[in-house]
Amino acid sequence: MLTNLLAWIDERFPLTKVWNEHLAEYYTPKNFNFWYFFGSLAMLVLVIQILSGLFLAMHYKPDTGLAFASVEYIMRDVEWGWLIRYMHSTGSSAFFIVVYLHMFRGLLYGSYRGPRELIWLIGMVIFVALMATAFLGYLLPWGNMSYWGAQVIISLFDAIPFVGPSLAEWLRGDFVVSDATLNRFFALHFFIPVIILPALVFVHIVALHKVGSSNPDGIEIKKKKGPDGKPLDGIPFHPYFTVKDIAGVAVFLMFFSAVLFFAPELGGWFLEPDNFVPANILQTPTEIVPLWYFTPFYSILRAVTTDMMRFGLLPFMAVVGGLAIYSVRDMMMRAVVAGATAAILLGLFMMEAKIWGVIMMGLSIVLFFLLPWLDRSPVKSIRYRGWMYKTALTLFSVSFVILGYLGTKSPEAISLFLMKNVYWVQIFTIVYFAFFLFMPWYTTLDKTKPVPERVTP
Amino acid sequence: MSEEAADPGRRRFLTLATTAVGAVGTVYAITPFVKSMLPSARAKAAGAPVEVDISMLEPGQLLTVEWRGKPVWILKRTPAMLESLTKHDSLLADPASKVADQQPAYAQNVARSIKPDILVLVGICTHLGCSPDKRLDAGAVSGLGDDWPGGFFCPCHGSKFDLAGRVYKNVPAPTNLPVPPYMFAADTRLVIGEDKKGAA
Ligand code: FES
Repeated sequence: MLTNLLAWIDERFPLTKVWNEHLAEYYTPKNFNFWYFFGSLAMLVLVIQILSGLFLAMHYKPDTGLAFASVEYIMRDVEWGWLIRYMHSTGSSAFFIVVYLHMFRGLLYGSYRGPRELIWLIGMVIFVALMATAFLGYLLPWGNMSYWGAQVIISLFDAIPFVGPSLAEWLRGDFVVSDATLNRFFALHFFIPVIILPALVFVHIVALHKVGSSNPDGIEIKKKKGPDGKPLDGIPFHPYFTVKDIAGVAVFLMFFSAVLFFAPELGGWFLEPDNFVPANILQTPTEIVPLWYFTPFYSILRAVTTDMMRFGLLPFMAVVGGLAIYSVRDMMMRAVVAGATAAILLGLFMMEAKIWGVIMMGLSIVLFFLLPWLDRSPVKSIRYRGWMYKTALTLFSVSFVILGYLGTKSPEAISLFLMKNVYWVQIFTIVYFAFFLFMPWYTTLDKTKPVPERVTP
Repeated sequence: MSEEAADPGRRRFLTLATTAVGAVGTVYAITPFVKSMLPSARAKAAGAPVEVDISMLEPGQLLTVEWRGKPVWILKRTPAMLESLTKHDSLLADPASKVADQQPAYAQNVARSIKPDILVLVGICTHLGCSPDKRLDAGAVSGLGDDWPGGFFCPCHGSKFDLAGRVYKNVPAPTNLPVPPYMFAADTRLVIGEDKKGAA
């Protein structure tokens, strides 16, 4: 009976085919480790966010006069409203934790390297869409930090020469962040995560299943196939990895629930105290700080002062440009690189620090897109790389964390030691960019170890 | 179906022409949606001028009013405050208010105002739009050091402005705080958002 039903469906829809291609006969490297949990966890969090968001939207009102109160109403009067709201707010931070770890996995094992460049690019688009979603959602409670955070970030567009001010007005739909802004942010906060994100995730996985998953050894399991035509080092995704991922989900949900039930604000890291005050257009919070997942980029924005441009970026870009000119053999290309370097150096002299802050912040994300082409190493995985990449990745990770931490502090204070935060931020901004911009050279020079034929446990 | 072989040149031309016409049509079709996101007629009308009675304002006092959703400060400066304005030109990025967009012509003077003592400013930092703190008192009480002459301090990224809203050097904000168009309807009645030339 059931087999008949299945046959009936299969004649009309490729159900068994899809099941086999993507689960039962999708061969996955058998040496996946801890770092390979986060892709499926990211999908889980997406589902949590969409569902909790749906139920929040049933009670929330996108109106400057009602928004703040409607969130309080959800928290106090709606049955289980507090749970759904905290799920959504905890979920947004969890999303970024999971996605940052997922991306770090890519850096560890070279998952972005060919033939997986497109998977990486689509993944980066997902990351940008995720940041947009988080930013849009943060305005909705209409707390004071919501308001001023949006004000500051939209003003970034003001810095763009010529079109900036009209672009910012178009985004806000008003001359300041207002009711029009809140209303459209609500609409977009629905559209991007519910329509665009799942579509992107779908394409991300289609591309992944086309080339097959990478693994901690960074070797292609499809190159060594048994007589049956199946990769020797692969095992079917279902049931092996579905079961493994379910174990991962269980552990993840323990941490998630611990935060959700015992510390939903996580000491101001997941929900900021300033946002428990309604938006006040006449009063800026003492310190405008985005949530933790944006602070590394916010730090880079704040790092760029006139002095930083003169004494930090100018020599740094001169070195990078010089190296590039020296390394490019083709005369035409050399002229192009020299021209670009000259333009950047000139720009550093001519344009304001405000504009450069925005450019650097944008660049700090754009550079991730270029990783597949910046990395020249003959090996993919950190297991077979030399000391140079290992050092570079360590320094980069440290700088990311410190930039993130200092992004929550005043630039004028001293939170580490010795110097004001702004100087530390400037140093680590350079380290951050050095990881990317020097990558073509240190990955070429690095001494690598021979890569085995078959995966190692 | 004609018997003749297809003419690839002609076919390519037709494909291109159709694509081009389609693209133009798409742009036209998108326009209403893009334009719907611009400030609406209501948002534009909400920019009406506001009238403020400043007869109660004491010297040294600052009044904040809302104009076009932005905070506007009205500060009645004391003679000491006015005197301080000439003393720190070397610290300022644009002491003579040369950037014309930042104030109407009638406020392009040392005090950046029509009547020297009454300062009218849009209280939005020219860096990224925070509203700076009022640190009007000179000296250490301001928390900005002994030689602080009084002014405004933006907590977001540390920009500093003096008591005429002029920006300091080497801070993130590039220009002086803007002076909105304004006029005196009577001696103590201020109209913000409108001047002799008409509404802004
Ligand atoms: S917004 Fe005032 S210093 Fe950045």
